[in-house]
Amino acid sequence: MAKTLAQKILQRHSLDEVKEAGRIVRCKTSMVLANDITAPLAIDSFRKMGANKVFDREKVALVCDHFTPNKDIDSAEQVKKVRLFAREMDVVHYYEGGNAGVEHALLPELGLVGPGDVVVGADSHTCTYGGLGAFATGMGSTDIAAAMALGETWFKVPETIRVIFAGKPDKYVTSKDLILHLIGLIGVDGALYRALEFAGTAIDKMEMEGRMTMANMAIEAGAKVGLFSSDQKTVAYCREKGFENPGEIFPDEGAVYCREIDIDASGMSPQIACPHLPDNVRAVDELGSIRVDQVVLGSCTNGRISDLRQAAEIIKGHKVNRNVRFIVLPATPRIYEQALEEGLISVFIKAGAIIGPPTCGPCLGGHMGILASGEKCLATTNRNFKGRMGSLESEVYLGSPLVAAATAVAGEIIHPGKL
Amino acid sequence: MKYTGKAHKVGDHIDTDAIIPARFLVTSDPFELGKNCFEGLEEGWVNRVSPGDILAGGKNFGCGSSREHAPIAILGSGIPVVVAHSFARIFYRNGFNMGLVLLEIGDDIEKINNGDQLEVNAASGEIKNLTSGGVIKSLPVPEFMAEILARGGLVNYVRERVV
Repeated sequence: MAKTLAQKILQRHSLDEVKEAGRIVRCKTSMVLANDITAPLAIDSFRKMGANKVFDREKVALVCDHFTPNKDIDSAEQVKKVRLFAREMDVVHYYEGGNAGVEHALLPELGLVGPGDVVVGADSHTCTYGGLGAFATGMGSTDIAAAMALGETWFKVPETIRVIFAGKPDKYVTSKDLILHLIGLIGVDGALYRALEFAGTAIDKMEMEGRMTMANMAIEAGAKVGLFSSDQKTVAYCREKGFENPGEIFPDEGAVYCREIDIDASGMSPQIACPHLPDNVRAVDELGSIRVDQVVLGSCTNGRISDLRQAAEIIKGHKVNRNVRFIVLPATPRIYEQALEEGLISVFIKAGAIIGPPTCGPCLGGHMGILASGEKCLATTNRNFKGRMGSLESEVYLGSPLVAAATAVAGEIIHPGKL
Repeated sequence: MKYTGKAHKVGDHIDTDAIIPARFLVTSDPFELGKNCFEGLEEGWVNRVSPGDILAGGKNFGCGSSREHAPIAILGSGIPVVVAHSFARIFYRNGFNMGLVLLEIGDDIEKINNGDQLEVNAASGEIKNLTSGGVIKSLPVPEFMAEILARGGLVNYVRERVV
């Protein structure tokens, strides 16, 4: 039977036969992940299950990145619980403090995930690794506890929507704009219970970080996974990061898709998701004047080195608008260091930005950039739900790093080409 | 198992930040989380809930983050059952794992009004609207999930295998 990427990867890890969509299959897990918010609950469930060791101490990753550096006593207690568990279980991949970064930027950087893997994480943006050709998806803490104990989980084989991005995007149009455009097209439940599979000339030419940005937001369309083929670029990237034996993976000729969507990336404008859902997407030129109080550059969506480079390129020689707080959060310590070496941090500081530590912080309204009532923010993050970044009366707009930098200078959401 | 209670209707695409905002995720205690249930939708929303009440959601209920705190907060607020047009994938798994009863009914959600008295039979999937007199049949629970439920949930299912 000709297989989609999802079916192909699941089959590699399952003793059950992965056939038509809808069938339940059990799969071995390549990596199991949790963070400082979700691991404490997973640890409770793990204990209730009567488990006393993790299935493989090298295949569990615990990353304290959400409320860190610990924002208050309660969050410090949660991190302490994760730390003690990691020690007790002798978990190899425990990250806290100066070793920790935003989990979905950190794991690929450390070569811990790669093509053909099945990765489950107690974080909805685990789907990021689909950019590397991994079947990666978010689950709740108890499902993750089960995977930590057994080294396996169950999936319903998803139907797949194939999305072809043809053409060549304009120089101000990034992978973030392509994924926002798609979500705007199909809606926040447009891929509910399904896999998204990306292909086309615009995808072939896209670098790995851009692919991860797109896969990251698959969940914002309700998808189980957002999958890219593993090609030469993937293999080279993963090999460089130290992932063992990365291979190419492509969907079979003749695989069955439940829907095919063609999008021409040529001529597209930068896209903005307006409050309060990621599918409320408009071209930046159609927005009118929207003044902002804060701009956030960072997160598992757009906190990688290429994102910082793009934003720095735009903001170089300009000043952040006096009515705007521009918060830059490199997603990992390595990215931070690289940005320092390349002089990007200096560009941001000279412009008047705030440089923060690697953390998920403001994206989920945790800390380090909370909005007051009536305030508006343009963020490179992934969600703009009501109250997501603070007050229920605040508003979040989502856009690319280029739009973020231009907006920080202009004080209103603008096309980066207009700066 | 039958549940009878007043329906509280919420809209489409209710996300987990609406169910329990991230600032409350510094605990996993059901009672504490329950006190702030739906605080991201409307301040003090939970004050309308009496124990045993039933939530009626629209499309894609529970979209967004994977936080298991969301079904725990709903249970902690005293609501044992959610009936919805459809559920977001991660929330659906989490609900079952936490023992929150979830019934998917598609467009029949229109037959439930805010404040209606409902009787939900979790085993048969039948929902009686005691206010209007109508009966709604929910989509069947996937077989494998029913099997996990029959064993008393995922924790027990795993317990049988690790000891």
